[in-house]
Amino acid sequence: MTVQINDAIRKLDKKSLPAWYEIPLGGTLVSEGSTDYHTGSWRTKRPIWNAEECSHCMICWIYCPESAIKVENGKVVGIDTNLCKGCGICANECPREKAMTMAQGGEY
Amino acid sequence: MPKMIEIRWHARGGQGAVIASRYLAASAIRQNLYFQAFPQFGTERMGAPIVAYTRISDAPINLRCAIEEPDVVVVLDPTLLKSVNVTANLKEGGSIIANYPGTPEELAKELNVDGKFKVYTVDAYKISTEEIGRPIPNTPMVGALARVLGIISLDNILAEFEDQFSHRFKPEIVQKNLKAVRRAYEEVQGV
Amino acid sequence: MRKTIGLTGDGAAAEAMRQIDPDVVAAYPITPQTEIVERFAEFVAEGSVHTELVPVESEHSAMSACCGSSAAGARTITCTSSQGLALMHEMLYIAAGNRLPIVLINVNRTLSAPINIHNDQSDSLGSRDAGWIQLYCEGAQEVYDTVIQAVRIAEDRSVMLPVMVCLDGFVVSHNVEPINVLDDQEVKDFVGEFRPVINLLDTENPISMGNLTLPEYFFEHKFAQAYALEQSKPIIAKVDKEFGERFGRSYGIVEGYRMEDAEIAIVTLGSMVGTARVVADDLREQGVKAGVLKIRCYRPFPIDEVAEALKGVKAAAVMEKALSPGAPGPAVFSDVLGALYHKGVHVNLISYVAGLGGRDVPAKSIRKVYEHLQKIAASGKVDRILNYLDLRGWQ
Repeated sequence: MTVQINDAIRKLDKKSLPAWYEIPLGGTLVSEGSTDYHTGSWRTKRPIWNAEECSHCMICWIYCPESAIKVENGKVVGIDTNLCKGCGICANECPREKAMTMAQGGEY
Repeated sequence: MPKMIEIRWHARGGQGAVIASRYLAASAIRQNLYFQAFPQFGTERMGAPIVAYTRISDAPINLRCAIEEPDVVVVLDPTLLKSVNVTANLKEGGSIIANYPGTPEELAKELNVDGKFKVYTVDAYKISTEEIGRPIPNTPMVGALARVLGIISLDNILAEFEDQFSHRFKPEIVQKNLKAVRRAYEEVQGV
Repeated sequence: MRKTIGLTGDGAAAEAMRQIDPDVVAAYPITPQTEIVERFAEFVAEGSVHTELVPVESEHSAMSACCGSSAAGARTITCTSSQGLALMHEMLYIAAGNRLPIVLINVNRTLSAPINIHNDQSDSLGSRDAGWIQLYCEGAQEVYDTVIQAVRIAEDRSVMLPVMVCLDGFVVSHNVEPINVLDDQEVKDFVGEFRPVINLLDTENPISMGNLTLPEYFFEHKFAQAYALEQSKPIIAKVDKEFGERFGRSYGIVEGYRMEDAEIAIVTLGSMVGTARVVADDLREQGVKAGVLKIRCYRPFPIDEVAEALKGVKAAAVMEKALSPGAPGPAVFSDVLGALYHKGVHVNLISYVAGLGGRDVPAKSIRKVYEHLQKIAASGKVDRILNYLDLRGWQ
């Protein structure tokens, strides 16, 4: 598990592991955090968002653990397929039956 | 060699010995003297015998330890004379000033001084009761001590009291305390 | 307006805090630190400061709150002692690891058991590996000056480390001395505005803090942090020098008192330095070449300065108010020995543990230490390395 994550970090950083003098101050990270890690490849189910049914209540956005609900100007615009792990929480929490549903298979 | 005086105070918890020790020290600042004022810590409660210390010098004081052999002992409460060995380790030729309703000769006899120390008495309870209305010995005793030490002027003692306590007490109370301090300064016997 | 007023060590610390006017103080009371917080709380109540005073439920919470506030870009100061410092122990490492410029005033008091509220240095010496800068003050004036300097040191962009200012409980904390207090504006000008490097509330430059680090990275993080601590020494010296130039008082990283031609020396920290000076003066009057080496900056340890000062000394004793049970010697002794080894300097060095649990360290006892050193200097041999001052039953 550790090796897999570190391999992924290495690929992300595109260079070898940093020397001590390359460590950022206090171990702070200036990235946006977990959205650097593209967990979209983990999906075995995928959410289907129906724009006509959606009331833009933002409940799915609040609950999504991967920040995978894309929002622009206060309205939901879609799913970030790089991040969505297919956990189904958005569909489960959505108050409208047809606005967010889960389908089998991870590929869109 | 810088001149340093080491003073030990004996009182009961709640009588204001620590305040008196600090007050004397603060008066010393006005004369550009250096000082330390600190209590001895132990289990304290109202009425229990406590000890406090003051050092005064004309040079910065580097010693940071207890006072083992004081030059002067001040006793704020006459009942301590029987229960605490107030003259313990008092330097020979040193002074003891006590809040005591009698003459220095009487106190000297009671303590078995035998000419080893100079003895001074002032009835601080009487003075404070008459001037302030309550038997508060600490501030009058500072007045008496100043007289005996001879290194801090009465004016500075009075000015410091006004400075420190004016924002805490009403003007009449401050004035009454000042009168008590002055009286003790003037009435201390043995000088 | 500068003025001289009578303040205890605690009062001097509180006065410095008032003039610094930090953004946040999160603290929990413990004797003999209580007077600092009580006095500061009065300042808050009177409106003399703009500080957000957070009365937390424990010292662990205090340091946690301080970490949070410092990470949010707020100038943060706290204070504690003894059990309180021990209770916040894990958070000390976190503050340093996250490079948060918190100032902590530690009033040295021993650690239970048995319960004892009096002075010794085991609390702060026990935290010497947490990665904090540690400065030990001799008296109340130095406490006042050092708290002000500490803010500048901690916040220096090449330091960014928390600073612990230590003072001996009761001996200094409750001892009223004449303190020269600076003008409010002078202090404000000296500490300046806090320009945080790490600021979680800066939404223009978002960062994440307190991250998980796996084995592939952790060692490098720690080395970088330790390196920063080592490199802070010149900044500590620089701030102290600037303070001296502006206000007329400076203390240095170490101070050698009559050390230039000293044959015997006591190396110590905190209030014992003061009493040792008096004894050294007495001995000098009798023709004995006695000196005192004061260690003010204990972390980072001043290897060069200590070795340089002790070179040529025939016998030296390290006096400290803490034990390190089971070790070849107590903390400061071991560090001095290590420094001498680093620089290839040999000194007949012995240890004296003194003053545990508030036991007084009078001048006549320090004199006994010098007499022991005279014996060693004369014979050229160390008779016994580990010694205990005024311990009943120990010969």
